[in-house]
Amino acid sequence: MFSDILIRLRALFRREAVESELDDELRFHFEQQVEKYVQAGLPRQEARRQARLEFGGADKIKEECRDARGVRFFETLAQDVRYAFRALRKSPGFTTVAVLTLALGIGANTALFSVVNGVLLNPLPYPHPDQLVTLHESKPNFNTGSISYPNFLDWQKENHTLSSMAVSRSYSFSLTKLGEAEQIQGQFVTPDFFPILGVKLVTGRNFVGSDDQIGAAPVALISAGLWKRRLSGTPDVVGKNLTLDGKEYTIIGVVPSDFDLKIDSFSASDVYAPVVQWNNSLLFDRGAGLGFHGIGRLKPETSLGQARADFIGVTKNLAAAYPEVNKGIGAALIPFKQRMLGDVKPILLVLFCAVGFVLLIACANIANLLLARASGRAREFAVRTALGAGKARLIRQLLTESVLLGILGGAFGLLLAGWGTHAALKALPEALPRAGEVGIDSRVLLFTISIALLAGILFGLVPALKISSTNVQDNLKEGGRGASGARKGAHGVLVVVEIALALVLLIGAGLTLRSLVQLWNVNPGFNPHNVMFFGLSLSPATLRTTPAAVRAGFRNADAAIAATPGVQAVSISWGAFPMSGDDEWLFWLDGQPKPTTRNEMNWAIEYVVDPDYLNIMRTPLRSGRFFTAQDDENAPKVVVVDEVLAKKYFGNENPIGKRLFLEIGGQQDMTAEIIGVVGHVKQWGLDTDDTEPLRAQLYFPFMQLPDALMALSPMGMGAVVRSRGPVPGLFDSIRHSVQQVNSEQVVAGAQTMDEIISSSIASQRFSMILLGSFALLALLLSSLGIYGVVSYLVGQQTREIGIRIALGAQRGDVMRLVLGDGAKMALVGVGVGLVAAIGLTRLMTSVLYGVSATDPLTFTAVALTLTGVALAACYIPARRAMRVDPIVALRYE
Amino acid sequence: MAEQRIDLPQGTLDLLILRTLALRPEHGWAISERIHQVSSKVLQVQQGSLYPALHRLERRGWIKARWGASENNRRAKFYELTATGRKQLETEKSDWKKLAAAVAQVLETA
Repeated sequence: MFSDILIRLRALFRREAVESELDDELRFHFEQQVEKYVQAGLPRQEARRQARLEFGGADKIKEECRDARGVRFFETLAQDVRYAFRALRKSPGFTTVAVLTLALGIGANTALFSVVNGVLLNPLPYPHPDQLVTLHESKPNFNTGSISYPNFLDWQKENHTLSSMAVSRSYSFSLTKLGEAEQIQGQFVTPDFFPILGVKLVTGRNFVGSDDQIGAAPVALISAGLWKRRLSGTPDVVGKNLTLDGKEYTIIGVVPSDFDLKIDSFSASDVYAPVVQWNNSLLFDRGAGLGFHGIGRLKPETSLGQARADFIGVTKNLAAAYPEVNKGIGAALIPFKQRMLGDVKPILLVLFCAVGFVLLIACANIANLLLARASGRAREFAVRTALGAGKARLIRQLLTESVLLGILGGAFGLLLAGWGTHAALKALPEALPRAGEVGIDSRVLLFTISIALLAGILFGLVPALKISSTNVQDNLKEGGRGASGARKGAHGVLVVVEIALALVLLIGAGLTLRSLVQLWNVNPGFNPHNVMFFGLSLSPATLRTTPAAVRAGFRNADAAIAATPGVQAVSISWGAFPMSGDDEWLFWLDGQPKPTTRNEMNWAIEYVVDPDYLNIMRTPLRSGRFFTAQDDENAPKVVVVDEVLAKKYFGNENPIGKRLFLEIGGQQDMTAEIIGVVGHVKQWGLDTDDTEPLRAQLYFPFMQLPDALMALSPMGMGAVVRSRGPVPGLFDSIRHSVQQVNSEQVVAGAQTMDEIISSSIASQRFSMILLGSFALLALLLSSLGIYGVVSYLVGQQTREIGIRIALGAQRGDVMRLVLGDGAKMALVGVGVGLVAAIGLTRLMTSVLYGVSATDPLTFTAVALTLTGVALAACYIPARRAMRVDPIVALRYE
Repeated sequence: MAEQRIDLPQGTLDLLILRTLALRPEHGWAISERIHQVSSKVLQVQQGSLYPALHRLERRGWIKARWGASENNRRAKFYELTATGRKQLETEKSDWKKLAAAVAQVLETA
């Protein structure tokens, strides 16, 4: 094989050397022969004559040697390519349509492959990514719940299978004393976090163990972005101070800007600080998850299974040591990549099938065009055959033409793909994990080249085989108009295939569209319009004051926001917030003894809010009342529950007036009286909420929070407002009013509730938009296909139609004839497509919501639409046929 | 030219060339001479088939060529067997023997 390529290449590129060697070789042979005859006694003259006679034509031998060396292959190829270029240039219309069609088909495939490549195939950009895992606590209601800090410390100490592990937790810091006060996104991490991922700092050092000891001096890593934005990128940044939440942190290093990890609750942020710097009294509470999730690295040669087995042992020991909080708590270890990608794989595979279909349709279209063109060129080929061109030779030349088209289409497609992926990912960045890693690399290039070549061969083969099998004599006789009717079969099959493929795609897109509509129509349990959520922090100085001062601070901030023009109502939001963050409290019912372990307690998602919250969210009140301003720190504790909690724990009894024992943050128990029941909110998202195990919800008045929690709350709170209609610049006005009260109070990260909902279904929208555009493309291409074929057939039948009309056929008959032809192809295509769709859409079940994979409505609507479009495409040539003038048609001969 | 000549059946030339080169590297002329001699002057390889065959075998990697000096000290192109060529010779040899035996058997019995 290797020698073959070398010899061919040498024959091609060192042609002169090879030729002269061949000369030498043959001359040597000739002279040896002469010598032999001379020695046998012939005179030299006679010997030469004899040898030459035997030798025959030296040129013929050389030609055969060249053939044997494979030179001819390349010479012919160059010839064919030149010829193909000339042929394509002669019909610019055909060439443009074909190249554009292919560019769309190949471009869509390349774009999607670059996504599949970047997201699914490429390894993660960290050293030995296969060793990376994520860590979670598996507990009642949560397979991958958060890890309490003390449990993490014990896991770290006791396990034997991870070389290192770390946890992280997001947090909003108030950055002050550096120009305008600002809320910035931060992460609390344990020291090994960055070393596990192999992150190389731009400057400075990583955290070390002693940074995470209680009483350690506060240190921080910052992002390259923050360094440039707020510290003007000064090279001596290490050692400088940063005031976060009123505490002075020493900057010890800068994290590079290409670090953009997003996994679980971690996302690359502006500042990173050791966990012990978190002033949270619950940090060392073994029962408090506090939103920590972990990452770890397996020791070399250690399998995930071994590590899981190891952690079963570790957690069993901890459950025995601390039964009241750790009973029933295990560890979940998940491969990093799997966790990061989530359920994006089925969607991408469905989309990948869809673009494959688009390309097949494009190929069928071009095959049709080529077929039509080939019959126009039948005479050319007949002449060439008559002159001695072999069948294989003709096929090869036609294939060269189609492959050349494929390559041209591929080149334009690559441009389209590069531009298209960029645009699509920019429009919907939250739809896809690892979106930043999508690009065109060598593997994508290889893919594009392969499909361009494959497509060229695929659509070139049909006409090539067809033309080479036609009868030379007939074609020469027929005056080059080709045997009419003979090739209808091939055209028909191609159109049927196209329509069937387009139908499957349209049904797929229809099903996703219906899923999306279903999702949009799901009532989230609140009214999202004109609602905005944002982060709110009081001035850092409030941290060192009394709970009463904190309450006063929030009352003032609330009042300032409420007084902002355009704001209708405002509420603090702590704990959970629909579709963006969750938090749970444990409770038990009045009349029950306090359960001895957490495992036996009941869980509820808790929303800690102000009285106006219900007016803002417009969650319906089912019975009783919601909070009022009188339900404050001095009043008896009250709680409002949702209908799910009411039904689950009180059945048909009226829960109002009953009492719940709440374990708030695992510290104090407190009893609260249920004063109202409200509707359920889809906390976990529009599609998955119904199937989550933990759905009970309760509301608690913010002002009644215990003092210990109140002391924590000045920093990183949330607030939610309802505005009077859409108010442009509302958030800036709110920021202004909040800072009027105190210049170190900050608001940040505003998101409208509509945005939160639409980004919660971003991946569905992403697949809907892509699948929809692929389906439209397929519809367009296949109707162009049927239009082209019917036009072509009409052109071929002009004479026949002329004769019919001359013999008295009505125009309507002609119309029916042509439409009938088209309808036949369309209906067969739709039939085949429906059968295929029933088989294929089942594979989509996992990406559909609220609609069956064989939804009869979608199937019927799409089949009717496609038939209609196909008939419309036939109508134009049918009208042309109707207007055929018999005299012109017959004179045409 | 009194000797009786037989035309070579398709495909046997390759086998003969490989067999000849199995002894030692040779140039084209010597190969044809040797086949002629060893076959008691029955087989005569024409240049028109010899050289294309040599180039084809070279392309397949069964033989390789290098320039050297001939017996009378002229520059000549010598061909020698490669390792794959040697293996190929073995297969072709046994195929040929089977074929010949089979043909003989048919001729004897039919």
